[in-house]
Amino acid sequence: MTTENHRKDWMGLLARAKPARLAALFPDLPDHSLLRAPEVGAVMVRGRIGGDGSAFNLGEMTVTRCSLALPDGRVGHAHVQGRDKTHALRAAVLDALLQGGQASEVIATLRAEEAAQRLARAEKAAATRVEFFTLVRGEDQ
Amino acid sequence: MYVAVKGGERAIDNAHAWLAAERRGDAAVAELSLAQIRAQLSLAVNRVMAEGSLYDADLAALAIKQSRGDLIEAIFLIRAYRTTLPRLGASVPVETAQMAVIRRVSATFKDLPGGQVLGPTFDYTHRLLDFKLAAEGEALAAPATAAADLADVPHVTGFLNRDGLIEANPRSAAQPADLTREPMELPASRALRLQAITRGDEGFILSMAYSTQRGYGRTHAFVGELRIGMVAVEMEIPELGFAVEIGEIELTECETVNQFKGSKTEPPQFTRGYGLVFGQTERKAIAMSLVDRSLRWAELGEENSGAPAQDEEFVLMHADNIQATGFLEHIKLPHYVDFQSELELVRKLRAEVLAGTEAAE
Repeated sequence: MTTENHRKDWMGLLARAKPARLAALFPDLPDHSLLRAPEVGAVMVRGRIGGDGSAFNLGEMTVTRCSLALPDGRVGHAHVQGRDKTHALRAAVLDALLQGGQASEVIATLRAEEAAQRLARAEKAAATRVEFFTLVRGEDQ
Repeated sequence: MYVAVKGGERAIDNAHAWLAAERRGDAAVAELSLAQIRAQLSLAVNRVMAEGSLYDADLAALAIKQSRGDLIEAIFLIRAYRTTLPRLGASVPVETAQMAVIRRVSATFKDLPGGQVLGPTFDYTHRLLDFKLAAEGEALAAPATAAADLADVPHVTGFLNRDGLIEANPRSAAQPADLTREPMELPASRALRLQAITRGDEGFILSMAYSTQRGYGRTHAFVGELRIGMVAVEMEIPELGFAVEIGEIELTECETVNQFKGSKTEPPQFTRGYGLVFGQTERKAIAMSLVDRSLRWAELGEENSGAPAQDEEFVLMHADNIQATGFLEHIKLPHYVDFQSELELVRKLRAEVLAGTEAAE
């Protein structure tokens, strides 16, 4: 993965993480200065007409954003789902730390837990897959 | 004549206090938590998110609690709240082809790649009241599991598209109009119509769709595909210069396939109706795709039979339950002056008619 892809990957995991879980995994925030204090807002979610056509506006979702700098100058950004300001703050701190290779165990844990949850859901769905069988009719014999 | 109306503050305060007590209900019964509403009334939460047009399950649960379960009142609370939020931007269009599907059925193809996945559906239940649910604390059997394939599930309409049997969806880079930013103008683009329908009242959209099935505007539709699942939401972040995932949301998508006998420019082929709605909301998504297809009559060169579901103004201007309830319910508020003038007019007319009758006798 490129640096950009790595960053996309962890920012996505941080955005999707449950705030309480992230707080449990990474309770203490290091020193930082806020560039943009956590702010709750809305993002207009777009869909595609017919699933693959032109865009249309589907509706909004709540998002909280935050930007900050560590004492060494590394800058972290976060846009996280929901209205939890500490979630955004924590995600921005982690974004800054991860750029220096720190706190990668948090991301590894989030990734493993998310993968397990997704698999569990997919396995339940798979059990509801319909297996058709065709009855043998008289004229086939 | 203008009559200043003041007063009623004490009555209003007392009414609100009583409302709060009624909302809580019998204090001997445990209070509902937001987590309970979110987890156990999740389809009500989904509906409030869809029609409130704001994806936030915690807020929807709060609105349902505050409104005592009156979902239109809850939607009203969500709509009011969303106006207080700054708009941080717009997402990259979500890719439903990459949806992690928990339900995916097609009424047009039996055997299709990815299979028919029923998911947690009410279909095939017998709609008999389950009195076991009336007893609390009943142990629940764990849902069955089977080996899962996490690959993307292709859209069914893609198979027809490969053979040119179905219309392609045009794709432009233009920014879609947003009815929350500019007043809706008619005729509306298909993008604007879809936005209005997806946040429209489920009952209204359902009835409009049903009317087309019963013959008021003909859209004999097959459900090409209905799917429910989570999709990632990405947004371009200016500070970064690339798009990142800002969360994931559950969506219901419906694609209907309709006959089309062709036009001067198009050969006979299938056409499409489209529905996409927040949450697990499949009745709404199916209805949305029928109404979307019905409103496309002019674009496809079809006959306007004068059916309500073909009338864009009728559908779009009456779909919003908050606008509707606002205008409907305002008539119960004081109209003393308006009514005074009506009263005087009726008295005058009656006096004239009675005077005329007496004169004739």
